[in-house]
Amino acid sequence: MSAARLQTIFIGVGNPFRGDDGVGIAVLQLIRPKIPSDVKVVEETGDGVELLEVWKDADRVILVDAVQSGAPPGTIHRIDARSEKLPRWFSHSSTHAFGIAEAIELARTMNELPASVIIYGIVGLDFSAGTALSPEVAQVVPKAAQQVLREILAMPLASSSRP
Amino acid sequence: MNAKSFKVDLLARVEGEGGFAIKIKDQNVKEVKLNIFEPPRFFEAFLRGRKYTEAPDITARICGICPVAYQMSACHAAEDAFEIHPEGAIRELRRLLYCGEWIESHALHIYMLHAPDFLGYEDVIQMAKDHPDAVQRGLRLKKIGNALMILLGGREIHPINVRVGGFYKAPTKKELQALEADLKWARDAAVKTAEWVATFTFPEFQRDYEFVALTHPKEYALNEGRLVSNKGLNIPIADYEQHFVEEHVPHSNALHSVLHERNTYFVGPLARYNLNFNQLSPLAQESAKRIGLERPCRNPFQGIVVRAIETVYACDEALRIFANYEPPDPPFVDVTPQVGTGHGCTEAPRGILYHKYRFDEHGLILSAKIVPPTAQNLKTIEHDLSEFASTRLHLPNDRLQWQCEQAVRNYDPCISCATHSLRVHVQRV
Repeated sequence: MSAARLQTIFIGVGNPFRGDDGVGIAVLQLIRPKIPSDVKVVEETGDGVELLEVWKDADRVILVDAVQSGAPPGTIHRIDARSEKLPRWFSHSSTHAFGIAEAIELARTMNELPASVIIYGIVGLDFSAGTALSPEVAQVVPKAAQQVLREILAMPLASSSRP
Repeated sequence: MNAKSFKVDLLARVEGEGGFAIKIKDQNVKEVKLNIFEPPRFFEAFLRGRKYTEAPDITARICGICPVAYQMSACHAAEDAFEIHPEGAIRELRRLLYCGEWIESHALHIYMLHAPDFLGYEDVIQMAKDHPDAVQRGLRLKKIGNALMILLGGREIHPINVRVGGFYKAPTKKELQALEADLKWARDAAVKTAEWVATFTFPEFQRDYEFVALTHPKEYALNEGRLVSNKGLNIPIADYEQHFVEEHVPHSNALHSVLHERNTYFVGPLARYNLNFNQLSPLAQESAKRIGLERPCRNPFQGIVVRAIETVYACDEALRIFANYEPPDPPFVDVTPQVGTGHGCTEAPRGILYHKYRFDEHGLILSAKIVPPTAQNLKTIEHDLSEFASTRLHLPNDRLQWQCEQAVRNYDPCISCATHSLRVHVQRV
């Protein structure tokens, strides 16, 4: 399949060596077998410039990442990045200087934001070096995975703005 | 008591996280503390008992920000212990891969992270409104660096094609040729980048640094060489620990690295440029001269200009390697593990990255030591801040804090594995 025909891209972001930072990858791994073959699935570390490239040909993006919003660990945030600016805490949630929030805002400025961008942010607790998720975060992975999968499967065609 | 303090989020535009605090009393800077958590300790423990083949990939996961550097230092260290020396096309391909990382990393720092400081924008998103062409140029440059990393490494984030002894698979001549036009564009863009950043206004600031870099008799050192400085250091990398020590400091989880004899030192683009200028390609040298970049350059704010010159070099060097390339067959040297200790030191975009491993007869790792470039610059950054802030105490706190953030960003500090925020704390007591 050529890249030009690609419509939906699902991006799991995180570093599995950084504790709860790996939750986005954990979600991705759980649902990967159930994702339709015409959806492109990508793992990323959160380099924003890379994301600009990855979603370039996509109409619809669903992305899941660990965040620190101040809400309790395991909270699942859903943000429609087309209709709202990413909250300020989102850019605190990247180990990259130029992360997801920056990529989205830069793409918006340059009129290169895909038609639909849905961000799932799962609140993490411990981002220090290590390979395990905190129990509070690990226990919401199946629920988050369900929700994300539903979003992927239910995505309407070429809708450019969602409530 | 007339105390004033505030915290400002600085995560934007410094790779990773951490914090620094400046305490001002009676119009004097009393204290500057950089507090950065450092991950290598975890990885050092994580590596023990694993096979030598795993070290390049695992250490590359330390952060996605300079994976090639970690892989190269790990490979060279293992090869040092096992007494093998990949040469010829394998060696050239490693340089090429490193060029990709330099282009990628320098373009990101110049355009996305540092330029907004000099042009007075809060960030690149604001800058893009007024300078869309520059931002597009930076993005394309970075992308071309990534393309090289993908071609040679397999994946740009964590290259998986690199192995101790060489590569799993070498690119064909055709695959390199396919990137040639892009690289030529990148070289022109890098020259333009140097001309562009040279027009910025730089704060008057310089110190008498000890610059430390790898130096190689035949090339601008990337993977191999001796460690030299402008103050008389000249050692093989195996002697690293005899001259450099890591100190625990109470205010930081990170170890601060210092030179036994003379304390702080400076690694990274400025050090390389000052020590190895003569080995830059003619085009890179000419670019530096044309824009009037001094040598030695002791103003860390001009690091952005030096990064641009190094980007010219990396593109030029990549094209040189393209022109002479014959795929190595096989693309690796056979590896037979043996008991021993190996050292690897390579020039990450931010400066020297030192690895040391001890192996048993099966190639299992008995101990690992990793000293990243940012740990080596931490103390120098603290000293810069102290001196820089002390001449600017008349500024209101927000202005002072903004300029201090900029002084930290000079080093492109990669602290990507710390807790999740970098805050500036200026306190007047």
